[in-house]
Amino acid sequence: MNLYWLLILPTITAFALLLGNNLKQVRMIAFGGALLQMVLAFILLFAFWQQRSAGNTAPMLFENNLSWFAPLHINFHTGVDGISVAMIMLTSFVVLSAVLVSWKMDMQYKTFFFLLIFLSIGAYGFFMSLDVFTLFFFLEIAVIPKFMLIGVWGSGKKEYSAMKLALMLMAGSALVFVGLMGLYFNTADTSGAHSFDLMQIAQMHIPVEAQMIFFPFAFVGFGIFTALFPFHTWVPDGHSSAPTAASMFLAGISMKLGGYGCLRVATFLMPDAAHAYSWIIILLSTIAIIYGAFATMMQKDLKYINAYSSVSHCGFVLLGIGMLTETSITGAVMQMVSHGLMTALFFAAIGMIYSRTHTRMVAQLGGLLKIMPFISTVFVIAGLCSLGLPGFSGFVAEMTVFMGSWQNPDTLYRLATILACASIVVTAVYILRAVGSTVMGPVTDEHYNALTDAGWYEKLAAIILIAGIVAIGIAPFWLNQLIAPVAATILKK
Amino acid sequence: MLNDFFILMKFELLPAVIFFVLLFIKVGTAELSNASIIRLANILLFINLVAGFFYNKDGGMFGDMFHTNALIVLQKSILNLGIFIVSLQAEAWLRTHKHVIEFYLLLLSSLMGMFFMISGANLLMFYLGLELATIPLAALANFDLEKRKSSEAAMKLIMSSAFSSGLLLFGISLMYGTTGTLGFAQLPALLNGSNLQVFAFVLLFAGFAFKISVVPFHLWTADVYEGAPVPVTSFLSVVSKGAFIFVFASVLYTVFKPLADTWYHMLFLLSVLTMVIGNLFALRQQNIKRMLAFSSIAQMGFILIGISGSSQAGTASAVYFVLVYVFTNLAAFGVVALVSAQTGKEDITDYKGFHATNPVLAWVLAIALFSLAGVPPTAGFFGKFFLIMAGAAKQNYWLITIAALNMIVSLYYYLNLVKALFMDANASPVPKITFGVYAKLAIVICIAGMVLSGLASVVYEYIYNLSTGF
Repeated sequence: MNLYWLLILPTITAFALLLGNNLKQVRMIAFGGALLQMVLAFILLFAFWQQRSAGNTAPMLFENNLSWFAPLHINFHTGVDGISVAMIMLTSFVVLSAVLVSWKMDMQYKTFFFLLIFLSIGAYGFFMSLDVFTLFFFLEIAVIPKFMLIGVWGSGKKEYSAMKLALMLMAGSALVFVGLMGLYFNTADTSGAHSFDLMQIAQMHIPVEAQMIFFPFAFVGFGIFTALFPFHTWVPDGHSSAPTAASMFLAGISMKLGGYGCLRVATFLMPDAAHAYSWIIILLSTIAIIYGAFATMMQKDLKYINAYSSVSHCGFVLLGIGMLTETSITGAVMQMVSHGLMTALFFAAIGMIYSRTHTRMVAQLGGLLKIMPFISTVFVIAGLCSLGLPGFSGFVAEMTVFMGSWQNPDTLYRLATILACASIVVTAVYILRAVGSTVMGPVTDEHYNALTDAGWYEKLAAIILIAGIVAIGIAPFWLNQLIAPVAATILKK
Repeated sequence: MLNDFFILMKFELLPAVIFFVLLFIKVGTAELSNASIIRLANILLFINLVAGFFYNKDGGMFGDMFHTNALIVLQKSILNLGIFIVSLQAEAWLRTHKHVIEFYLLLLSSLMGMFFMISGANLLMFYLGLELATIPLAALANFDLEKRKSSEAAMKLIMSSAFSSGLLLFGISLMYGTTGTLGFAQLPALLNGSNLQVFAFVLLFAGFAFKISVVPFHLWTADVYEGAPVPVTSFLSVVSKGAFIFVFASVLYTVFKPLADTWYHMLFLLSVLTMVIGNLFALRQQNIKRMLAFSSIAQMGFILIGISGSSQAGTASAVYFVLVYVFTNLAAFGVVALVSAQTGKEDITDYKGFHATNPVLAWVLAIALFSLAGVPPTAGFFGKFFLIMAGAAKQNYWLITIAALNMIVSLYYYLNLVKALFMDANASPVPKITFGVYAKLAIVICIAGMVLSGLASVVYEYIYNLSTGF
């Protein structure tokens, strides 16, 4: 399996889109491209399993190392381990269903699909990069398409949200950039040359003083992407102003770039600092979990509800990373995958409801189950997954985080764990309230009676995501087997 | 010997030949139409650009007054490329202008001056080249003959140029007074860091800072950029600045190497000032040319960071950034030139809703802005990354942090313009702009350059291998 296909295919798709003459052709090309991405992701998964079961224990598989900027020791080094495979799978799921929910996009559709597919290049490239420079390159590549998607196709105060998102994410990249520079100039191999190579840096010992300075830069920088408190403020505005597909991508994948970066770059490469600063990470993530949950209770707009609950849920990711036990890190990655699928499903359902009722206000919605049973069911499933019902992925992921966190015997850490656990009750409150009053009860507006249920494309989009959620919920071991060995490697360093 | 003369001075001779060809056409009897003059000039400039790549040789002449090597050849070729694109973009404006040939004559003599300046291996030669490069610029800035703002721009340019030349000349004479020589080869050994020498160096440094509009010597920039015709502005901001940066870097690295500690701190201070002030002023600009002027000031701050790295990567990243900047800024100015030539509109608010009427030009401008902001996959990202990386080699992380924060500020005003182009509604947007084959060619070159010179690492590697540092 050559990983470059995951970059080449979206690139070809994106440019093929521009040749399409009408919406039908364009969306078929986008759909075909996204479907092929998914096929490639599955091929990658099976090839990965095959290698692992054949006893290949190399930390990274399918490696490719091309020299890019030789004088600066920058290589186009790609390869995957279990976590990367899981994230690549997640990306392919979300991209495909994002294309499907945008089936009726009629405004500047060519550019819209181009930007959407372009975003996926950034995500795939990011997850497969083993060179910190390329990782950073792909991290930044996705910022501008998001700005354009929100600003042009968004709703509400879209310009403000787009600008806020772009500037905050760029600030995150800027911090990451400083962190990477510090990292680079503190590496030296046997010949004294600096290195950007992730696997090489992992073998070296970065001086502890340097780690203490640059870990915060890298961690906070990536943390901004994943809604680290108090830098989460772009999340609610960005998500709620974005068009459905962009919201799905933002919450489903883009926020995961941050978590992955915190784990792969900050924690993996600067372990001493990670241990020293873990209490701050835990403190901030606990605040994010609880604050996010309570803030969600006050929201009246469905998209804001999901956006704030994303802050809370992504807090679990950072909590798991901060706890620094094998189980908690495994849980953090599972939570990334699970939250990616779940939140994408949630946004898809909200988008479907909004495109019909033209409102996202909980108070104005009601009795939708009678009118659009499929969409309502999807909405309920997304809600139940979000509150952590057993059988869905959310339960597995959050449970693993809690188990892992409890392994940390320190009293304060246990207190944080208990507080985080308690937030689930709040989650249940807001989810049940929002879902209940939207789906159940009398129909609030008689115009709603004339509305239709989901089209085939919407059904397909939802089914893809639900399949992923249920697969993890019922049989979590396959995901666990991908992640746990990597978590162990990260901690062993 | 004669052969050497022609090969070593090829870059200077070619513009001279073109200059005389055009001059003879001007004084000859045949009345050529504007269109055919422009066509001829562009063809000649293209030949000039291509000819630069062949038959090059290292060497010096005139008793070490003049020298050339592979890096200098590359720098001159970058300027040749810049002037070719500028000339392509000027077509929309020159088509109806009364003095087409004069425009090219002035442009070429300025280019020739820059080449002599870059090749100068003696402060005297350098100064002569610099004057030849600067004086035609003042006439060019006044080329919208009937516009008052244009004359005002020319006046400001000539005053500030004269002042900075005075500073340079004073510095040069003091330098001569303390060392007794002006040759680049002899100077380093005679520099001992005495107070008078440092003073002379500061004067020289200030003269340079004027030319590349580094804060606090930037005050002329915005007014001149705003008043001058757009093609002249783009020439000033890209080609002229590029030439001064080349010389600045090489003079610092070779001649003033013994004073490296002194100029490192000066560069640090000036780059921070330049970035911060350039960016903050750019935030408030209403006129797109003024905004680009302040943004180009801020970009100079980034270049100073690269130069402060003073390693091989320092030279390489500065030269590379100028190449990237040629494509990027000329793409931005190209669109502005088209709009300005056809509608006369130059305010940012005029660009609201631009995408609705001119989707292609809107995307070209947007990509150029992304590249200016340093967003991948455009070449601007690589340019900025390598500049800051070169500076970071000194392990001065304050400088990089300030630079990184400045990138966010600059992103804000670039995105504000993108927002105006794509997202803001406008009752009377700029009408559909028609553009001819010249402008199309310029756009294609710029876009290809912005994409390829970044992603294709050979460009940077080539420059790096030619570069020197210490």
